[in-house]
Amino acid sequence: MSSDVKPTKGSPVKSVDMHVGEIVPGVPKKDPIIVADHVTRTFGGLTAVDVDHVEIPRNAITALIGPNGAGKTTFFNLLTGFDKPDTGKWTFMGKSLAGIPSFRVARLGQVRTFQLTKALSLLTVLDNMKLGAKGQKGENMFVALLPWLWRKQEEEIEAKAMELLARFKLDTKAEDYAASLSGGQRKLLEMARALMSDPTLVMLDEPMAGVNPALTQSLLDHILDLKTQGMTVLFVEHDMQMVRHIADWVIVMAEGKIVAEGPPDAVMSNPAVIDAYLGSHHDQDLGEDPDQEKENVNAIKELLDADDKS
Amino acid sequence: MVDFWQIIQNAGVELISPTTAAYALAALGLAIHFGFTGLVNFGQAGFMAIGAYGYGISTLTFHFPVWGAVLVGIGASIVFALILGVPTLRLRADYLSIVTIAAAEILRLIFTTNTLEAVTGSADGLSGYKGGFADLNPIPDGTYGFGPWTMNAYDLWLRIVAWTIVIIACLLAWQLMRSPWGRVVKGIREDEDAVRALGKNVYFYKMQSLILGGVFGTIAGMIFILPRAIVPANYATTLTFFIYTILLLGGAATILGPVVGSIIFWVLLSAVSGFVARAQAAGWFDLIGMSSVQAGQTRFILVGIVLMLLVIFRPQGIFGNKKELAFVK
Repeated sequence: MSSDVKPTKGSPVKSVDMHVGEIVPGVPKKDPIIVADHVTRTFGGLTAVDVDHVEIPRNAITALIGPNGAGKTTFFNLLTGFDKPDTGKWTFMGKSLAGIPSFRVARLGQVRTFQLTKALSLLTVLDNMKLGAKGQKGENMFVALLPWLWRKQEEEIEAKAMELLARFKLDTKAEDYAASLSGGQRKLLEMARALMSDPTLVMLDEPMAGVNPALTQSLLDHILDLKTQGMTVLFVEHDMQMVRHIADWVIVMAEGKIVAEGPPDAVMSNPAVIDAYLGSHHDQDLGEDPDQEKENVNAIKELLDADDKS
Repeated sequence: MVDFWQIIQNAGVELISPTTAAYALAALGLAIHFGFTGLVNFGQAGFMAIGAYGYGISTLTFHFPVWGAVLVGIGASIVFALILGVPTLRLRADYLSIVTIAAAEILRLIFTTNTLEAVTGSADGLSGYKGGFADLNPIPDGTYGFGPWTMNAYDLWLRIVAWTIVIIACLLAWQLMRSPWGRVVKGIREDEDAVRALGKNVYFYKMQSLILGGVFGTIAGMIFILPRAIVPANYATTLTFFIYTILLLGGAATILGPVVGSIIFWVLLSAVSGFVARAQAAGWFDLIGMSSVQAGQTRFILVGIVLMLLVIFRPQGIFGNKKELAFVK
């Protein structure tokens, strides 16, 4: 773990003052890394994502939160080229990414992890890591047949992989199959593997899901560590405690739209966010209505009588 | 009395026969598809048919030299792989299996149709294309070898060529699979989305793998027809499933597995069928009233049982890594 990161007990250094003007959904950022406009995605009659305008600040940790079915993962898939939007365009570091296939997006420096961890089970942990490195000569089929052309690069990649594995405390597992890792270790492996490509933007889809509390703290530290190394992090998460703890900026989605954004504490007290999570009538009593009850009972009685007569 | 010595001798012939080599090479191609990349190709028979007919037709109809005929076969198989792969490799794995099994059958039926009889020989197939290959034989006439492996100059030449090709193909596959290229295709087998998220062009790698394994199958098809004639009935789906049997027997994601699997398969098949035929002739099966025709079919039943036992008690194959099995879902 890097010594730049504050000790785990204290609170991390937050980036502040990233927006321009008043904080409203879609507020422009001083230094955005992703700018998305009019991105929509429908599945049949369901509009999963309908984002008018959103900007993700550079070199900060942005959390994407929202209730289940809000379209967070779909939005993630769209941004990374794993799904195609119906309309809309977005740029990553000024380059338009709409219509770019997922593997090119990754090569541009925007790597992602998955909600359901995708460890490559029957590859060793080390091979999983090595696969993450970019620009490998030996990945060309014909060059692959001439090992002296790629052996040196392979050694460099292996050294880098071992260093990263040591940081993530997986180095003792390097020769084991990834399938033998625990769920939390797989999350760590997936994140470490993503880092092999020296990304600019790391997108983590629910990095904490299914991770035991003992590992949570170390995962948090790793995410904070990414920021101190100059990377930008965008993550989807349900654990509000964690969001409050590490996020510099929070974007809230509900029913496909961005309903609120801002610094964590401000967002969590925003009425729109509370509505999104609990429904806008959460403080009204939806209990039994005696008149309605009576009517229902009468209707049922009538039905039963009609049955008896026939 | 059943002549066991003769059965063993006949089985011994299969140990190094060109047919064994051809099946080994076809199974190695399938190992690249199925074992390493996770492509469920059920059309390996189609690739073999392309090799056989590509070689036969270019020699007989177009009078190409041996190298020309080989190149035509390989070229045709690359085109076939592209036709199969372009529409299906973007889809889920099951689609490739449906398309390949159908495409292989379409090929066989095209080769069988009467309309093309002048070129393909229809159901009778082709023969008389071996001259070019025999002319390349540097071995002087005579009898070579010993015991069951006594052969003439052509047979020796064919065996040398066939097994040399198998060895070269094994070395090629071995080198590829220990390289970063091999790491990518094995990653694709495990989870292609994860590999895509790491910036690899998954579609391109799957296509390369499909072509490479298909070319192996095509060359196997050429070796397969050198000791016999081209008969379209040989390229039915059973051929593909024999090759799958060999692959699973040896170990799907291994290099030597397909070779050893092929040897065991053919030696076993020869021994079992030799035994059943002789035992039937000696009257051992009179009690159950088995005819010689029925006895001929029994070999596949017995081989099937033996293979089932192998797969049940050693599911990773002979060369497979036992460790892998611990994690199979």
